[in-house]
Amino acid sequence: MNNLNFTHRNTILISLLMAITLNSSATERATLLEKYSDQGVSQFSAERGQQLWEQPNDGTAPFTTRSCTTCHSQDVKQRGQHIRTKKAINPMALSVNPASLSSTKKVEKWFTRNCKWTLGRVCTPQEKGDIITYLQSQ
Amino acid sequence: MNKFILSTTLITTTLLITALVFVNSEQAWSDEHNEEWSLFGLSSLKYTGVAPVKNASYKDECGSCHMAYPPGLLPQDSWKKVMRNLENHFGDNAELETSTHQELLSYLTDNAADHSEYRRSQKIMRSLNSNETVDRITKTPYFIRKHDEIPKRLVVDNPKVGSFSQCNLCHLNAQKGSFSEDEVSIPGVGYWGE
Repeated sequence: MNNLNFTHRNTILISLLMAITLNSSATERATLLEKYSDQGVSQFSAERGQQLWEQPNDGTAPFTTRSCTTCHSQDVKQRGQHIRTKKAINPMALSVNPASLSSTKKVEKWFTRNCKWTLGRVCTPQEKGDIITYLQSQ
Repeated sequence: MNKFILSTTLITTTLLITALVFVNSEQAWSDEHNEEWSLFGLSSLKYTGVAPVKNASYKDECGSCHMAYPPGLLPQDSWKKVMRNLENHFGDNAELETSTHQELLSYLTDNAADHSEYRRSQKIMRSLNSNETVDRITKTPYFIRKHDEIPKRLVVDNPKVGSFSQCNLCHLNAQKGSFSEDEVSIPGVGYWGE
């Protein structure tokens, strides 16, 4: 009986910890969106985010056509693969990977690198917010 | 009797010195096989292979796209060259914010092959031409010599590998800094040399 209680208590504790972790991820994401809003954006759109995510862009050889899907796969709920190194990339959809997009520092780092590689330029706060909103909706 | 002890000691010492010199020489017999070979336990494991990666930021930042290559695989000038060019990192953008960039540059240069006591690092250093700063491990003469007998179809044309830069796909203990030939298993092919 005592053992059962102990296991039960552990389950509660782990659930609570997970809830706190996920909640703090959500808070950090919300703060990030707020930051983009403060940079002059009124509203974010998941549809616009999806369009940008899937839009093909010109690039240099050997990857003359590039989009976010080049590495993140056609389906945001699936794992992706780095086009050059073949390293696995976790799914981007929040529904299957709730831990993603939870660190402002990491989100900004990947936006900088990946917007420059994929679009050939940095992304605007509007575009970044739209993409996060799209990934949150999936 | 004393003469006998003296000459025995002399012979033993000579033999030991010869053996040590031989082990440390360029054409050491263990070169192609087990790097962790030791002479009466005199050769420390610490000095075989390459020092494994210790820095957590380096593992996280560089290891998120490819294997976090041990710094001891290139000299410090090569790492400086790589780090100067992160905006076009072999065709990819891998730029870092200033403080992380600084931390990783220090880690790489401090632990580069020219500062390493590990055997594999020293062999890489000895193979290099001093007039040229290579920016790829696969361009070092040591690397080329070690891989020249492997047919393209097993690596570059092997869909499970794709490139010689994916060390850890064939070198099972690459993350631990061990690149021994005995620990090579090519995906879809099997153990090498069997």
